[in-house]
Amino acid sequence: MRQINNQILNWLKCLGVFLIIALAIPQFASAQPGHEGHNHPPGQHHNHNHGKKANKNANEKTLADYNDAHAAAESEGFNPTPTIMHHIADANEFHVYKNFSIPLPVILWDRMNGKFITGLSSQFKEGKDGYKLYHGAIVPMKGNSAKKAGINMSGVNLGKNTFWDFSITKNVFTIMLAALIMLFVFLTVAKKYKQRVGKAPKGIQSFFEPLITFVRDEIAVPNIGKAKADKFLPYLMTVFFFIWIINMLGLIPFFPGSANVTGNIAVTAILAIFTLLVVNLSGNVNYWKHIFWMPDVPVPVKIFLMPIELIGVLTKPFALMIRLFANITAGHIIVLSLVSLIFIFSNNGLSAGGGVGGAAIAVPFVLFISVIELLVAFLQAFIFTILSAVFIGAAVEEAHH
Amino acid sequence: MELLTVLLEITGSIGVLGAGLAVFGAGLGIGKIGSSAAESIARQPEASGDIRTAMIITAALIEGAALFAIVTALIT
Repeated sequence: MRQINNQILNWLKCLGVFLIIALAIPQFASAQPGHEGHNHPPGQHHNHNHGKKANKNANEKTLADYNDAHAAAESEGFNPTPTIMHHIADANEFHVYKNFSIPLPVILWDRMNGKFITGLSSQFKEGKDGYKLYHGAIVPMKGNSAKKAGINMSGVNLGKNTFWDFSITKNVFTIMLAALIMLFVFLTVAKKYKQRVGKAPKGIQSFFEPLITFVRDEIAVPNIGKAKADKFLPYLMTVFFFIWIINMLGLIPFFPGSANVTGNIAVTAILAIFTLLVVNLSGNVNYWKHIFWMPDVPVPVKIFLMPIELIGVLTKPFALMIRLFANITAGHIIVLSLVSLIFIFSNNGLSAGGGVGGAAIAVPFVLFISVIELLVAFLQAFIFTILSAVFIGAAVEEAHH
Repeated sequence: MELLTVLLEITGSIGVLGAGLAVFGAGLGIGKIGSSAAESIARQPEASGDIRTAMIITAALIEGAALFAIVTALIT
């Protein structure tokens, strides 16, 4: 027995060291600012169109922002904000190294001309059919959108309302990958359960059994009740494993990970909308009675409580959305800021001693924060699931006095 | 207002100041939860599983509220 414990302990130690190395070292490779990718003449930096900033639309990022960021970068050393924002945001390609990126399919619906434009994102580098890959995202080229008069540099304007983007971006690719992983794993586990009826679980089945019984016995049954938990278990398990897998994939710094999926508020909004639908479509009379006409309180209080409870129906999933989005994005921003510290200390590559010093300070902090992020990845999935279970439990609860 | 102007020059923007204040409030709240959870586990070690679950859920709720403020500070 002690030998087995020692073996397991050794295996865990090796796994821990491998995880730490795999998580920490490639962070540096992925954080490189891709200055070589922008081929524009240096003289153009000083054409700031300050007048245009006054009538800037909220949707339309003018090129003055990028100009300012570039000017700041060249004059003061490394400016971490554009790099960090680039790594947090979605993109049409996986940026691996300075000029090398893994391309992804691009599918656009051109609203001005009413046709689909498709291709691989590497074909859009110099512009194709009026669209160009600029800083990793597809933007319309100069002549394409007559209505949007953005600031043009290298023939690109950043008005984004002339097309609908159905491309397979980093986030879409990672969502599909997580779905494939889940299908593969859970279909295998289900098949093994059918094959090994009455026998002890073995292999992947024994790895997932504690997790699945954890979701059922600690999350679903205490909050929904033993009789009705089975109806909602598919949804709860899907949400739990989906969010966990996607958060973990986002922590891997290289392809096929490295996409900040839950940092895209649209993704978390859809998950929260699913919870909203499941809770409210399975609400019984008792639930709606508690919202509109709370029993056992005086009539003025009932009328006072009704709008509050109605708003509560919407704010609870809204809070779920914001909590998941901000936790994961904040963790990624912290890791990227600490890695940017190295570039700041080394003055964007000019000072080697500063670089070594910066690395000596930043690497332990990055390791520490990455381990915390592993915990946060699980914890946020757990919190989303258990709060969904609590809301579902409130919706299907029978009246009791 | 002199102090505020000086503070703004150091911190860079008033939004970030608001985010820092929100984190201060969240730290206080979660600290109180942690201390009461530790006391309760000391009083009744058999209930430590339930107490741990309640502590984690409450901490996540408070953190959610603080993150509202941080997200609003980040987007403006």
